[in-house]
Amino acid sequence: MTAVSATTAVAARLPARRYLIALAIAVWAAGWALLRGHDTLALGGAELTPLHGALSDAMDAIDDSRNTNPFFLYFINYIRLFLDEAVTAVQALISQPALGRPVPVLGWLGVTGLATAVALLYGNRRVALLTAAGFLSFGALGLWQESMDTLALTLTAVALSLAVGIPLGICAGLSDRFHRLVTPVLDFMQTMPTFVYLAPLTLFFLIGPASATVATMIYAIPPAIRITAHGIRQVSSDTLEAGTSLGATPAQALRHVRLPMAKQTIIVGVNQTIMAALSMATIAALIDAPGLGQTVLKALQTLDVGTAFNAGLAIVIMAVVLDRVTSAASRRVEAERRAGRMRTTRGRRLEVAGVLGVAGVLAYLSYTYVWAAEFPIAANAGPYVRRAADAASQWVQDSLVTYTDALKNLLTNQFLNRLEALLTGSPWWLVTIVAVALALLVGSVRAALVTAAGLLLLVLLGLWQDSMVTLASTIVATVLVMLLGVVAGVWIGRSDRADTVLRPVLDAGQTMPAFVYLVPILGLFGATRFTAIIAAVVFAAPVAIKLVAEGIRGVSPTTVEAATSAGASTWQLISKVQLPMARSAVTLAASQGLIYVLSMVVVGGLVGAGALGYDVVAGFSQHQLRGKGLAAGLAIVVLGIVLDRVMRAATQRADVAAHGGPHHK
Amino acid sequence: MAVTRSGKVRAAALVTGAGLLLTACGGAKVGETGTASTGGSKGCGTFNLAVNPWVGYEANAAVIAQVAEKQLGCKVVKKDLKEEVAWQGFATGEVDAVVENWAHDDLKKKYIDEQKVAVSAGPTGNKGVIGWYVAPWMAKKYPDITDGKNLNKYASLFKTSESDGKGQLLDGDPSFVTNDAALVKNLKLDYKVVYAGSETALITAFRQSEKQQKPVIGYFYEPQWFLSEVKLVKVNLPAYTEGCDADPAKVACDYPPYELDKIVSKKFADSGSPAYTLVKNFTWTNDDQNLVAKYIAQDKMSADEAAAKWVADNPDKVKAWLPTS
Repeated sequence: MTAVSATTAVAARLPARRYLIALAIAVWAAGWALLRGHDTLALGGAELTPLHGALSDAMDAIDDSRNTNPFFLYFINYIRLFLDEAVTAVQALISQPALGRPVPVLGWLGVTGLATAVALLYGNRRVALLTAAGFLSFGALGLWQESMDTLALTLTAVALSLAVGIPLGICAGLSDRFHRLVTPVLDFMQTMPTFVYLAPLTLFFLIGPASATVATMIYAIPPAIRITAHGIRQVSSDTLEAGTSLGATPAQALRHVRLPMAKQTIIVGVNQTIMAALSMATIAALIDAPGLGQTVLKALQTLDVGTAFNAGLAIVIMAVVLDRVTSAASRRVEAERRAGRMRTTRGRRLEVAGVLGVAGVLAYLSYTYVWAAEFPIAANAGPYVRRAADAASQWVQDSLVTYTDALKNLLTNQFLNRLEALLTGSPWWLVTIVAVALALLVGSVRAALVTAAGLLLLVLLGLWQDSMVTLASTIVATVLVMLLGVVAGVWIGRSDRADTVLRPVLDAGQTMPAFVYLVPILGLFGATRFTAIIAAVVFAAPVAIKLVAEGIRGVSPTTVEAATSAGASTWQLISKVQLPMARSAVTLAASQGLIYVLSMVVVGGLVGAGALGYDVVAGFSQHQLRGKGLAAGLAIVVLGIVLDRVMRAATQRADVAAHGGPHHK
Repeated sequence: MAVTRSGKVRAAALVTGAGLLLTACGGAKVGETGTASTGGSKGCGTFNLAVNPWVGYEANAAVIAQVAEKQLGCKVVKKDLKEEVAWQGFATGEVDAVVENWAHDDLKKKYIDEQKVAVSAGPTGNKGVIGWYVAPWMAKKYPDITDGKNLNKYASLFKTSESDGKGQLLDGDPSFVTNDAALVKNLKLDYKVVYAGSETALITAFRQSEKQQKPVIGYFYEPQWFLSEVKLVKVNLPAYTEGCDADPAKVACDYPPYELDKIVSKKFADSGSPAYTLVKNFTWTNDDQNLVAKYIAQDKMSADEAAAKWVADNPDKVKAWLPTS
């Protein structure tokens, strides 16, 4: 440890670090020119290495032991039963015919009433109105039952994710050791493509709601754990000390100080967990999860953009409603904590009773009467939405294709192909040496070690060249995401009006299933790596933009005023004051942007990116390729961890440099 | 302040509640009208039918489900699954039948020969063709392009940003095994295989090719609903002969013709269910499937509507599938 920081300190003091970076890149370019095509470790689409075969065999062995292994018989089977029952119960309540009735227990009126009541009691009147409008629009789009199926699965998965995630998050918040232990596991869960574990999951949990719930939970638990831990950790040590000096035991400190102070952050975690769970709706449909995802996938088979968009829109609306309600709840918690209880208990009790009373009446009506149980078919606006989306998609594909083609060719030939040639054409050992040197120069010794280990692992996995192709696209996509992130983020951060206009667009970009817009972008850019990059940017840019905007808004108004009164122009204000002060937000945006780009690698494989994404998809579809698919999934995880660690080390170094050299322990 | 506000809320609630109750009085009650009972006839019970994600399969499944439900009184549970997952369902007992299978020799070996949980239920009557295709405008403009020997002459037409200066051969619906990389090498073609990665990507590429007169050559297959929208033309490679594809690395011939077949779980086959007899007897032609697929894909009918229409129009064919007793 001391050796590490000592070397870091030496590296930081090297005067010519910038020249050394340039030198490393020059060595690489020269090596590429001389050794092009040597040791590139290419592997054809259907070729396998012995390791891939061994992975396949291992998966087969697990399949075969399913009926004899006590672990499956007594452990997994009970979890499966429990999950199936839980989801089926919620479905019986809101989406599927139940209790011998032709309709669920609660009809549209009851569900809408209850949801609105919850929004009113935990949020405010604005989000209650939004909730009512949102739920009614599910019916108006002609997708009431599908929406309720998705909601049932999402709510069950979220409830269970929180039940597991929040306690683990509290542990990780309290114990550094546990935090270090759990972080790589969470990285793994978030970057391992779902396609890799989707088919094996159905062997463990069978085809049905249990598998879909587990698939969703694997992706939705990490944010719950991470953000809870973050909330527990950020409670200031002064407050804690005050508690301890009053004689609070650690348990009391947790219950009376840490948890109340972290409550708002934990609700942000709930919010992110919901978003993550909802983003799995489409993929879970591949293993027969009911709901809107099914509609999207079915429509995709016939390239029916309109129908896919209609269902995608319902998912976006659900996401926006759930997001706004949880955000409002979190703000309310914060406001109440700051101000103490504003309402008298009596007033609050009256309000609760009144609202629940109305909701109860609506629920009863929807239980009893057909008109309140089944959404009126006459109110179906779905066909109009479908036709409009179809027309828009057609128009875009027909009239913009000449420009988009030129743009694609320009960016592909100028940037992507060159970067890719450099990465895939050089011998693997040269790339590894240069990458380790760069990690050492921009980051730390530890980052260099992670890089070395990661790149060697890619070689071992037998997917070196595919990994380099994917890396090239990932880098280009991340750069585009950050360009957009900074430009739009600064704009939104500085203008409330821009925020109001753009936020729904960003939400849609984040939650609209990629499958919905694949057809139009394929029409515009063809089955190419660039199409995959566009899909990744659409998904990842909103996060980056939101985080940058948050950072810009966080710059203290006094600083901005001081700079303005000192005569700084708008451009100077942005480039010299706001962006530098929001640097940590910008870095966070870059690392989150990168993770989001990587999580689209598999979708990229569906639209022409080839390489690792295609390997994963093919492994999901073809039995003999599933070992290779697993290896490709692991390679994506490795790329994610290496890039993330190097980026973090680089940020730390930049922070240290900004604060006047390494004067910590 | 707080009290008055919630007072208002309550008043509003009472008014709306009363209003709703009034309007509700005329409404029909849930369960008042007789509900249709499902699964009337004895002996059939529940029939778990896998639905793989392509329209041709959906046409088979919809017609079989329609007949099983309406004429045999089965309770049909359709499960939307990818092929691999559907086959796993034979082992776990959750899938009774797969009704359009494209070869999948590895899965047959695992589940039919080794685990013995599945058995073949004979061909569907559909003939599968796999090969390289171009859009019709290309075949018209360059008539000799359909002969694989002339492909190198046209390679420069197919250049794209993805193909490193060679012609692009658009490949890869990931569900299909391809020998294309080996074919390109062994036939000494100046082409690079680019993996489109999904059926959606392939169809969009061919659709744009026809509309924008943009040269595209790629891997495709029939029966497929898209062929009734754009009649792609097959490029002939050296003809398939028995065993010419034995070594995947050395293959230099066209793809073999496929006899699409049906697979059922062993348990289902032994159950004596009339649904099994239906699945075993089910056969129809490519034209039949294309018609139902067209109803679904282009006329935008639901799978059930499309199947009901075809079954009503073809009573004789359906009759031949039914159990004799």
